[in-house]
Amino acid sequence: MKSIRIDSTNGLCGAFFIACGLFFAYQSWILDMGTALRMGPGYFPLLLAAVLVLLGIFVLVQATRVQGEPIGPLAWRGMLLILPAPIFFGLTVRGLGFVPAIFITAFTASFASVRMKPLAALTLSVGVTFFSYLVFSKGLNLPFRPFGPWLGF
Amino acid sequence: MELIDNLILGFTTASTLWNLLFCLIGVLLGTLIGVLPGIGATATIAMLLPITFQIGDPVSALIMLAGVYYGAQYGGSTTAILINMPGESSSAVTAIDGYQMARNGRAGAALATAAIGSFFAGTVSTFLIALFAIPLTAIALKFGAAEFVSLMVVGLISSIALAHGSVIKAMGMVVLGLLLGLVGTDVISGAPRFNLGIREYADGLNFVAVAVGVFGIAEILRNLENEHDRSVLIKKVHGLMPTREDFRRMAAPILRGTALGSVLGILPGAGAILGSFASYTVEKRMSAHPEEFGKGAIEGVAGPESANNAGAQTSFIPMLTLGIPTNPVMALMAGAMIIQGIVPGPNVATEQPSLFWGIIASMWIGNLLLIVLNLPLIGLWVKLLTVPYYILFPIIMAFCSIGVYSVNSNVYDLYVVAFFGIFGYALMKMRCEPAPLLLGFVLGPLLEENLRRAMILSKGDPTTFITRPISATLLVLAAAVLVIVFLPAVKKKRAEVFVEESA
Repeated sequence: MKSIRIDSTNGLCGAFFIACGLFFAYQSWILDMGTALRMGPGYFPLLLAAVLVLLGIFVLVQATRVQGEPIGPLAWRGMLLILPAPIFFGLTVRGLGFVPAIFITAFTASFASVRMKPLAALTLSVGVTFFSYLVFSKGLNLPFRPFGPWLGF
Repeated sequence: MELIDNLILGFTTASTLWNLLFCLIGVLLGTLIGVLPGIGATATIAMLLPITFQIGDPVSALIMLAGVYYGAQYGGSTTAILINMPGESSSAVTAIDGYQMARNGRAGAALATAAIGSFFAGTVSTFLIALFAIPLTAIALKFGAAEFVSLMVVGLISSIALAHGSVIKAMGMVVLGLLLGLVGTDVISGAPRFNLGIREYADGLNFVAVAVGVFGIAEILRNLENEHDRSVLIKKVHGLMPTREDFRRMAAPILRGTALGSVLGILPGAGAILGSFASYTVEKRMSAHPEEFGKGAIEGVAGPESANNAGAQTSFIPMLTLGIPTNPVMALMAGAMIIQGIVPGPNVATEQPSLFWGIIASMWIGNLLLIVLNLPLIGLWVKLLTVPYYILFPIIMAFCSIGVYSVNSNVYDLYVVAFFGIFGYALMKMRCEPAPLLLGFVLGPLLEENLRRAMILSKGDPTTFITRPISATLLVLAAAVLVIVFLPAVKKKRAEVFVEESA
């Protein structure tokens, strides 16, 4: 028996489309469908979700036939350090204040590159903080407090 | 004459000191990001969107954003010529012959040719926009819900046709984008949809946050996969002035490029990219020395550069007159108008004439600023080319965070940034293009609303889309585009073009 080989990039993509389609289909299902004349909130999304599942199946079938490009290396270090940066900023900008929040955000993000040296990261983060303070707080008058209540201000 | 009056109004609006300043900031910033590695016009405009809210005056805000867009085309061609790395996808073609010219020691002439071509194209297309704006808005005012649905279908289908790689995947991206656009409260029934019970997403996902995530963060992650330095071949550029022979050879390609770019730019989904490819092909066909192409033919720089600038500008036409964004950058411009409380559409020209004509006039002024400033500043841009990427992305991260947070002062928007960052990265890994996704995201709610309205107006009869003449014409156009991308000959050619671009 000939074993079926699935191209990883396209296989994943097909599965992803199907999963997204099923998610939206399930979520639309619990909404009011309405009729073609008076479409309810669930009508159009369910239609789209069905199309997405179909496209996913199509991509999956193609994946068993043609070998495409490999997925390639993943930026693990980048994901680990870049993605939390904006969240950290959002959670601390009020408590810590604008200056420390932006400094730590830039500083953590810096280390996503293997080439960054600690001293360079420090200099860069100080520079970014100073510049952002001037542009956003002073120049554009965004309502940020430079230092927040967590630090006793 | 009305056209002249309108242009005078535009130029007086655009040439106030304040607006000139924003135009200057826009084009400089645009050139800068076009030159710097790993950050594109779409991501920059997305990051600047929240800041424009602080500017207050919508005219200044939009003038600046428009400046970033066409400024980036200039910057992109500079990197294409000097280091064979197109800063923007539309200057990919310029890299072919531009870089060869630079290697032959004619970098200065190549840069000047690109600048002259772009300026000429910019001037012509500014007048084209002014000429077509009024008749097109008049047509658009006759549009009913059915016509809008069909028009959006044309836009979405074209964005599929122009995406790289698999057509099926691009379709999936559009559909997924439309679905993501529907997240939030249903306008008609008030029912909450797909927000997983999180109240903060009741108004839908923040457009700026999604755009920053998918274009900005995802791009950073991809650049971090394998870091490498950019080697700059040309340390010093001299001999900026093209010779008389150069001028003779560039004239016709510039004219043809401008014409091609202007026409193709209006097509939904096309923007600047298609024009530059088409122009290169035409020039190669028409040239008396086709063998020089790929080895530093000046026509291969002049034509495509004029075409991409013309296309970049005429792609404003559908957004300004119909309110339908045809590419992600235009979607962001429409977003900027909405942030400022202006609903993009045919009414903008009549209700906000100074905004409408001011933006148009500012494009010409911006192009003038670019040619006056950038040629002398070439030395500075060359130096900036060597800035290593690891210096840039922490700065980008900081600005993204501040920018997105400042829209609503809401941490949930930053969750969206992080989520769509990894989402966009996953899409890239699966070889899916994010541009159709973003277009779908913007058009999702509009499409659904008009679809529902059209169905109610036609009493549930779906043939309304093919019995109304304008709507039917648009749908035929969409179908034609779809048939064309699936034709075997075109499919092969399309693959070739995109391979050339990524090479």
